[in-house]
Amino acid sequence: MKLPIYLDYAATTPVDSRVAVQMAQYLTVDGIFGNPASRSHRFGWQAEEAIENARRQIAQLVNCDPKEIIWTSGATEADNLAIKGVASFYRDKGRHIITCKTEHKAVIDTCRYLEGEGYEVTYLDPEPNGLIDLEKLAAAMRPDTIIVSIMHVNNEIGVIQDIEHIGELTRARGIVFHVDAAQSVGKVAIDLNKLKVDLMSLSAHKVYGPKGIGALYVRRKPRVRLAAQIHGGGHERGMRSGTLPTHQIVGMGAAYEIAEAEMVAECDRIRILRDRFLDKLRDIPEVYLNGDLLQRVPHNLNLSFAFVEGESLMMALKDIALSSGSACTSASLEPSYVLRALGRSDELAHSSLRISLGRFTTAEEIDYAAQQIRQAVNKLRELSPLWEMYQEGVDLTKVQWSAH
Amino acid sequence: MSYSEKVIDHYENPRNVGAFDKTEQNVGTGMVGAPACGDVMKLQIKVNAAGIIEDARFKTYGCGSAIASSSLLTEWVKGKTLHEAQEIKNTQIAEELALPPVKIHCSVLAEDAIKAAIADYQAKQSKEA
Repeated sequence: MKLPIYLDYAATTPVDSRVAVQMAQYLTVDGIFGNPASRSHRFGWQAEEAIENARRQIAQLVNCDPKEIIWTSGATEADNLAIKGVASFYRDKGRHIITCKTEHKAVIDTCRYLEGEGYEVTYLDPEPNGLIDLEKLAAAMRPDTIIVSIMHVNNEIGVIQDIEHIGELTRARGIVFHVDAAQSVGKVAIDLNKLKVDLMSLSAHKVYGPKGIGALYVRRKPRVRLAAQIHGGGHERGMRSGTLPTHQIVGMGAAYEIAEAEMVAECDRIRILRDRFLDKLRDIPEVYLNGDLLQRVPHNLNLSFAFVEGESLMMALKDIALSSGSACTSASLEPSYVLRALGRSDELAHSSLRISLGRFTTAEEIDYAAQQIRQAVNKLRELSPLWEMYQEGVDLTKVQWSAH
Repeated sequence: MSYSEKVIDHYENPRNVGAFDKTEQNVGTGMVGAPACGDVMKLQIKVNAAGIIEDARFKTYGCGSAIASSSLLTEWVKGKTLHEAQEIKNTQIAEELALPPVKIHCSVLAEDAIKAAIADYQAKQSKEA
């Protein structure tokens, strides 16, 4: 076993070596390096063929028409294009947007920006298990609502939103439905032919493809219109200008093709590892799982170890790469807004670890990580005045703390 | 977050971890911070008849620099008079541990903790008298 162990697959994944090999063929002078927009020579035609092949590979995984795939620099750009593009195009129809408090910052901050531009945004509270109550969502919809943006799988807690039923609600009201699927594609089956999703953001680097490439699915029937956010040579049917990065796109296509072939078996394998991991931590007292256990991708565990602060816990786990919802790990010094939106106390948000498993995770790594976490939690609890008080039977919620 | 070697040393080998009986007359206890803010420090001092801090203990819930700040403080206060300990400034702690700017509040908390422990000890003595 090689140290350190990578358990942060929700942050990014390594490029699968089968993908890297293909990408390398689209860079150098003896490869296919042409500009896919060059129409006058073979170099361009070959590159264009590679792009269209990759477009088919993406379409295949999410079951849509390849013409509905627009390349972007990643899911963040796709989220921006979807929300700003719809807001701008449909501004005379309405100025109301609905999203959720646990969305990725690429959605939240885009919505905040639009608030400054005269739009009104409803940020729904999720239920304590992280899922959206469809009745509350339906109640928030108004005649002037133009877009609903709800992520498929949450990046911090891994819960899966019911996009099938949300799509029924939006379609019935003629509201555009955008889904950020960066964390779900390649983990959960997506059938855009059946789902009433109008726009879907996709990423390559969460699915063993390269960083710096993603796509936005834009439905053609019924047609969804967008105002372009990046102007230039009119690439991607005018929706997103800029020379296409052939090697990146080939990489994303190859990664999605592998995902389609291996997704089911991979999920089964990861679920077994996830359960093994939970089992090994089960007897530690005062550990809380954040987010629903069942409506969740097996790749993600988000646990709060009460009375232990997340950053110091990560310091003790120096051979393991993972993330924490603790304020001390963020530039803002605020604990995770996702965990807070679930109604978790700030203290439990400070005490959280996100462990995300992936293609190259082994049982040996899981056993090692579980043992290291157990040791670290024990050590830090011995150091913790809160643990001492808890064991003395003090109710910590009744203590007068000097907030600072 | 990349920490100095001193922070890592105190974090990995914290000095004077533990607790005194807080009901004892010669023990002063200071508890500062809040769980919601991500750090709570409990600092205890044992003071002899000559007014010198003979021993100190701490327990800290918080990040690596909060643990290191309180660990360092327990080393520093031992052998000092109450007056000398009262004079310890957060900037000295921050400097000794080379704390990054976002972690300065950890050293502030440590200064608050020793002041609170001394105040608790003095309050006990005045009640006695």
